[in-house]
Amino acid sequence: MCTVCGCGTGSVEGHHGHEHHHHHHHHPHDHGHGHGHGDLHFGQGPAGVEVAGMSQARLIEIETDILAKNDRYAAANRARLAELGAFAVNLVSSPGSGKTTLLCRTIEALGAQPLAVIEGDQQTANDADRIRATGAQAVQVNTGKGCHLDGHMVGHAMEHLDIAPASLLFIENVGNLVCPAAFDLGEDCKVAILSVTEGEDKPLKYPDMFTAARLALLNKVDLAPHCDVDLDLYEANLTRVNPGLEVIRVSARTGEGMDRWLGWLQGRLAQKSNRAAAE
Amino acid sequence: MHEMSLVEGMRRVIEDQARAHDFARVKVLRVEIGRFACIEKPALEFAFDVVMRGSVAEGAQLEMIDLAGRAMCYDCVAEVEIAERLSPCPLCGGGRLMPVGGDEMRIKDMEVI
Repeated sequence: MCTVCGCGTGSVEGHHGHEHHHHHHHHPHDHGHGHGHGDLHFGQGPAGVEVAGMSQARLIEIETDILAKNDRYAAANRARLAELGAFAVNLVSSPGSGKTTLLCRTIEALGAQPLAVIEGDQQTANDADRIRATGAQAVQVNTGKGCHLDGHMVGHAMEHLDIAPASLLFIENVGNLVCPAAFDLGEDCKVAILSVTEGEDKPLKYPDMFTAARLALLNKVDLAPHCDVDLDLYEANLTRVNPGLEVIRVSARTGEGMDRWLGWLQGRLAQKSNRAAAE
Repeated sequence: MHEMSLVEGMRRVIEDQARAHDFARVKVLRVEIGRFACIEKPALEFAFDVVMRGSVAEGAQLEMIDLAGRAMCYDCVAEVEIAERLSPCPLCGGGRLMPVGGDEMRIKDMEVI
């Protein structure tokens, strides 16, 4: 049985006949996320349980976060990454901001740096295919109707990847500026990508996401002269919703600013892997 | 849209409680929702009705308790209560506020029979 999510017992995920071999999920998965090509598919509801009991009205104190279950999966993912000294970023943005292109250029520029990628989309394995074309290992998670990745999905996806010590893990979330803000995946930080074609007021319209992020990449800056946009206003609005946010202007197409982004990643990874080595 | 996932999480918590405390039905479920929580209340109500069908909480009343939004002002270094994410600091009028509370999404308690 999977010790994190308990899938295999039928108690959490409903009825699904598959065998779990500890955390090596190289088995025919059947609980709603059947997959080919190492890709995972989610989209099922909870199990129904009816319990007969007492007839006297009473009050039960719970004081539990609604996302407590997700947060447990996320904590397990985080513990595993800490052990490895691997640094994980959760890439969040609206659809079409250039996440996958930016990620492909990032992987190419990182050269021999060990890394792995989890791609989240509602449908298709297009993005994982694009990542694999760079030579990097990638697993696609299809969320079905879901609008975000959650800790459980990412935990399973991590089991399908060979995450090396001191490596980078990129988790490309479903393109959506709303829901992914609320779901912890166990990442070290969220990195929001905002492209200059989206409008300067996006951070004000979707403050949750930009508040949850530690770094914002302002992408497609090569298009700025053609779009009548004010890059300083983009930055001002980003730091208005999150005064602690770092902002880096990049263009995945021309390579502008990529050295700063790569430097940021390498610096964070070095901090984390050194900490893991010291323990 | 993710309200559906949130309510599925609530259902799991309720089912765990049903096993632990042995009750037949939930009459009232009280949840605390912060001002800045990623929850749209009508969507949560709708999802609650749909997701709880067939569970011990089918037909239960969902009560939502609002919790205030709190932020740290980077200008006067005070923790203040604000109504909106982009509200200015009520003490110094500053505009650089970092939310520090108000994103709660918590099941407080429930009345069961």
